[in-house]
Formats: sequence, structure tokens, C-alpha cells
Amino acid sequence: MPQRDGGVPAAPGRSQPKVAAPSIRHSRGLEQFFLNIRDVVGLSILDMAGLNQENVNVLSALGHKLYASDLVRSIDDTFGYDLAEQNNASRLEYFLQANFNYLPDTFDGVILWDALQFMTPAVLAATVDRLHMIMRPGGYLLAYFSAQERLSEVPSHTFRFVDDKSILVTERGLRAPGQVFNNRNLEKTFARFDSVKFFLTRENLREVIVRR
Amino acid sequence: MNNIGKAVRIEGKIISREDVYVDGQVEGTIEVMESKVTIGPNGRVKAGIHAREVVIIGAVQGDVVASEKVDIRKDAQLEGNISTARISIEDGAVFKGSIDIRKPEPVKPAAAPAPVAQPPVAPAQAFILNSPPAAPAPPISVSPGPAPKR
Repeated sequence: MPQRDGGVPAAPGRSQPKVAAPSIRHSRGLEQFFLNIRDVVGLSILDMAGLNQENVNVLSALGHKLYASDLVRSIDDTFGYDLAEQNNASRLEYFLQANFNYLPDTFDGVILWDALQFMTPAVLAATVDRLHMIMRPGGYLLAYFSAQERLSEVPSHTFRFVDDKSILVTERGLRAPGQVFNNRNLEKTFARFDSVKFFLTRENLREVIVRR
Repeated sequence: MNNIGKAVRIEGKIISREDVYVDGQVEGTIEVMESKVTIGPNGRVKAGIHAREVVIIGAVQGDVVASEKVDIRKDAQLEGNISTARISIEDGAVFKGSIDIRKPEPVKPAAAPAPVAQPPVAPAQAFILNSPPAAPAPPISVSPGPAPKR
């Protein structure tokens, strides 16, 4: 078990809610994701939760090559905590170069966790375009979104694999979502992809599996 | 142990048979194939690292290849690709790159060393740490021919 949160520190000036204790929960989205990567070896998987021992262990035990970076940290490092800064075109270009500078068709799987929900429409659209380019056809993408559409701030989490069906979820504070995410605009966001599948959890999370 | 202190900056290639501790700045390549490289808390390395074991506490920008283990500590920052048999990661480390876990190769019995042609290395670029001094060339002996028959 992890000893402490290795994620991004809480943003300065943000409200500090009572942070829920880490919890292990079943993830149908993760289960679906692993169904597609566990019977072959040597796949390239991009995990955007940052580096942690648990995720490395699970993915390398399956014989896959892991690529890792921390997308939420990169959002904060590039744009700061003001969502308006995400409209800065040169910062957006830097952000894309820093996180998605890979050859086309590199990845068989991408795990984004909850990072996409903190992107404004411009950053999200550019990111999804880049993901479409760097993923191989038939590859799968896993992303989580808060299902509480009317909240001005939603919990941000760190995620670690416990096994191929469950995750350890640790809350790391509240932050403003980049936009409202419901099934309709998620389908629109991933319109270029082959298919989009949703799972709504008891924890008010919308788990999304997207096939390239 | 070879120690590169925090006031030291090296540009070039470091080759050592013993463990190396880098707490300064290195730009180039570090090759410690049979031993351990530790990048200390003040270490700032822009170099590819090849070693038996690599411990990162400071900052590394470059690919890391370890035949046995890579150990990434909590304050480490690593941008590069890792290839190793085992990896240990503390929470808090910042990483961007890929991790390729390779099964360790089975140990083969030592074979007789074969002569290997070494490309010449410019002295200003290569730092060979703690290598034994070059042995003097053995004297050439000329054996006498067979004694003449009487």
C-alpha cells in the first residue's frame, strides 16, 4: 500500500475540503480495459497518473511496456490554476509537445484517469486529436469523469491499480472542471473514435472506455 | 566508490569499474557496467546511464539501462526511458518516459577474455575512474634454439 499521496499538491488558494480516506473500489471500466490487454504481451501502454510502483508492477507483470507521465501535474505546470490560461495558444502547443510527442500509432492502450475533466474545450479537443493520432487502431482509452454535472468544483483523485478489476482511489482536493461532461458531449468529444462505452458508478463517476 | 561532489561539473564520458556517486553535474555518458551509480540529491545529470544498478535521488535527463535494478527515490526527477530487470519507485518521484522490464539474462560461465578492439577516446572527453594503472609491457624473451648435437 502506498504510504502517502504522490500526486500534485493542492492548488494554493483553493478550498481544502475534508479529504476522503483512500478507498479500494471495483472499476468496470478498468476491468474492460484489462480484458483487451491481458491476453497479449509486448503492448505499449501510456499511464498518465504519474509514476507509481503499483501501476508499474501490474502492467509489467502482463509483459507490457509502460510509458508514464503525470497529466494533471502538467496541466498545472503549463497553465497554472486559472482555467482562462488554457486559452493561451502557445502554452497549449507546449502542453501537447510535453505530453503527447509520440509517433503515430504508438500506443495500444492509454489510461487518462480523471485528467480530461480539468481541461477546457480547446485543450480537450487538441488533446483528444493528439490521442487519436498516437493510438493504434483497435487500442483502448480509459478515462473517468465526475457525474455531478452541476458542481463548480469536483474532487480530483490519484489512482493506483490494486489488480485488474479494482483501484485504490485517493482524493487530492477539489478543482474546477474545465466544462460540463455528460454522455452526450463525451460522445461528441470522442466522435472520431470507433466506439464509446460508459459505466456509471455509485461514487458518481462516469467511467468511459473508448476504442480507437 | 568514486565520488563526484556537488561543486564538480563533468562533460564527457565517465567509465568506472567501481561504484560511482554523482552529486554534481554530469553531461555525457556514465558507464559503470558492473557496479552501481547513485545520483545524489544535488546531482544534475544529462546523460545516458549504463550500470548494474542505478539509484536516483536527484535529477536525470537521459536513458537509464540497468542490468539488475533501478531505484527511484521520492524526490527524484527523471525524464528518459528505463530498461531494467527490476524497478523500485517511491511516491513523489516525477517521471516522464517509458519503462521496459526485461527478464534478467541467465548467468553464463565466464569465458576466456577475448581481445576487444577499443576505439580511441579523446582524453578530454573520457574520464576513467579508479582504473588500475596500465601494466608495463612484458619483456620480449627470445628462447634459444636447440642445443647443437655433438
